[in-house]
Amino acid sequence: MKISKKDVEYVAKLAKLKLSEKEKEKFTKQLDQILKYVDKLNELDTEKVKPTSHVLPLKNVFREDKVGKSLEVEKVLENAPEKARGFFKVPKIID
Amino acid sequence: MKLNELTAHEIRELIRKGEVSSEEVTKSVFERIEKVEKKINSFVTLTKEEALREARSVDEKIRKKKKISPLAGVPIAIKDNMCIDGVLTTCSSKILENFRSPYDATVIKRLKANDLVFIGKTNMDEFAMGSSTENSAFEITHNPWDLEAIPGGSSGGSAATIASDEAILALGSDTGGSIRQPASLCGVVGLKPTYGRVSRYGLIAFASSLDQIGPITKDVRDSALLMNVISGYDERDSTSCNYPVPDYTESLISDVKGVKIGVPKEYFVKGMDEEVEKSVKDAIGLLEKLGAKVEEVFLPHTEYALATYCLIVSTEASTDLAYYDGVGYGYRAQSRNLDEMYQNTREKGFGDEVKRRIMLGTYVFSHYDYYLKAQKVRTLVKEDFDKVFEKCDCLITPTSPTPAFKIGEKMDDPLRMYFPDIFTVPANLAGIPGISIPCGFTKKGLPVGLQILAKPFAEETILRVAYSYEQNTGWHRRRPAICDSQ
Repeated sequence: MKISKKDVEYVAKLAKLKLSEKEKEKFTKQLDQILKYVDKLNELDTEKVKPTSHVLPLKNVFREDKVGKSLEVEKVLENAPEKARGFFKVPKIID
Repeated sequence: MKLNELTAHEIRELIRKGEVSSEEVTKSVFERIEKVEKKINSFVTLTKEEALREARSVDEKIRKKKKISPLAGVPIAIKDNMCIDGVLTTCSSKILENFRSPYDATVIKRLKANDLVFIGKTNMDEFAMGSSTENSAFEITHNPWDLEAIPGGSSGGSAATIASDEAILALGSDTGGSIRQPASLCGVVGLKPTYGRVSRYGLIAFASSLDQIGPITKDVRDSALLMNVISGYDERDSTSCNYPVPDYTESLISDVKGVKIGVPKEYFVKGMDEEVEKSVKDAIGLLEKLGAKVEEVFLPHTEYALATYCLIVSTEASTDLAYYDGVGYGYRAQSRNLDEMYQNTREKGFGDEVKRRIMLGTYVFSHYDYYLKAQKVRTLVKEDFDKVFEKCDCLITPTSPTPAFKIGEKMDDPLRMYFPDIFTVPANLAGIPGISIPCGFTKKGLPVGLQILAKPFAEETILRVAYSYEQNTGWHRRRPAICDSQ
């Protein structure tokens, strides 16, 4: 096995995903399968190959630092699950 | 022939001559939707009233002899991962079930400026993750050619709506084949432009270095017309290219004399359907007869593309989907504290495939060697293409190794679910453009698609070859006999 249930629990924590016991077992098995498959890439010698993170020869794009038009607060808050006084409202952060 | 069965360029002529109004066309589209949508399920949201209002306002402009754009008044369906101001944009996910976008995506702005008529949002695999549209949180879309088969994915709703004449034009998005593969399986035309050709601003991100928006249409001319509207630089998308946009309709020349076509040996593999192989080889034979120069070429890293894609797409997805935390918009699960809220929201809001990719991507990110290796092999895949495009104008391959499979057939095997994408993912890794056009049917009556690939920003070559093939065959004119009989 390339991955254990403990790894899956750790990764789920990082990804902020709560998983059921059944899901943990299923993902352990499936991620193991996928990781075994992608091991195929190790057949290739890539020591001298440069990585591609982006296909276009783009450089950083700069623009003038001026104030533009933003979305209206009211309109944005229409989608908020909870709001108060023009802000998003969330449950308490510290117990 | 009914209005909803026409292409956009046919409708354009009728509207221009004053023979039909946009309202009549829009009504005929909704009549069709009322008749067949229960069997197909292409849409997750319909916007009939807004559409009719918009159509009447276009008609008013025409009556007043105002200048209108070539596609004015033509009804279009939009994949549900593109934001339209005030309209539900769900990505077919529970986590965005009630999300009404407060702004327009750049493509939508461009379509609005050209007076196209929005008829609704189409079903897709949740967050575009899948090849069958079965991963939608809301409904299963059926292939108009066989209601028990999948339409392909992830833009399955957009492809099905075009194949069943429920819309005149549609937009899809393509991260690993999500425009081309459903177009192939539904017997329509789907074009994935070069990465950077069309702005991604307002397209809900799945994997940012691979995603690209493109047209799904009934024929190649419609594809060129829609490309004219959606292409171009956008300062709101830092990866969009400031590169001149040609008039794509000028490449619609039915002549392939002297065009150098490469046929990559690696795209005819074991396990592919024999009828698909034969249709594609016949198509290549026809193009050769029409004067193209055909040559076998090699893309030696093709067999590594899928594993590379699998790692890169999951890693990018895990970051792109970190937005969904239940704070500012979308679904929120009730919880006692903030951290629990994040976890519960994401547990209940995301479906199985989305969770699997987030898990894989997060794992890969924390084991950096995997990711680096994938990025390096991505370079090799791209270099394969660079090399063949030194001597070829374009490549021809099958779009998908098999025709549409049955609903439910592959749901439980995550690796097998990637198989339909083997011929489409390399183009996304390399950022090159590709089209899928109909090139025949299996004995059971399922459509087969042909893929044409070219170097970056060579959409014109693709359109010319696709148009020449289409004009000399006519597969694109066949329509499924849905609905009246089934």
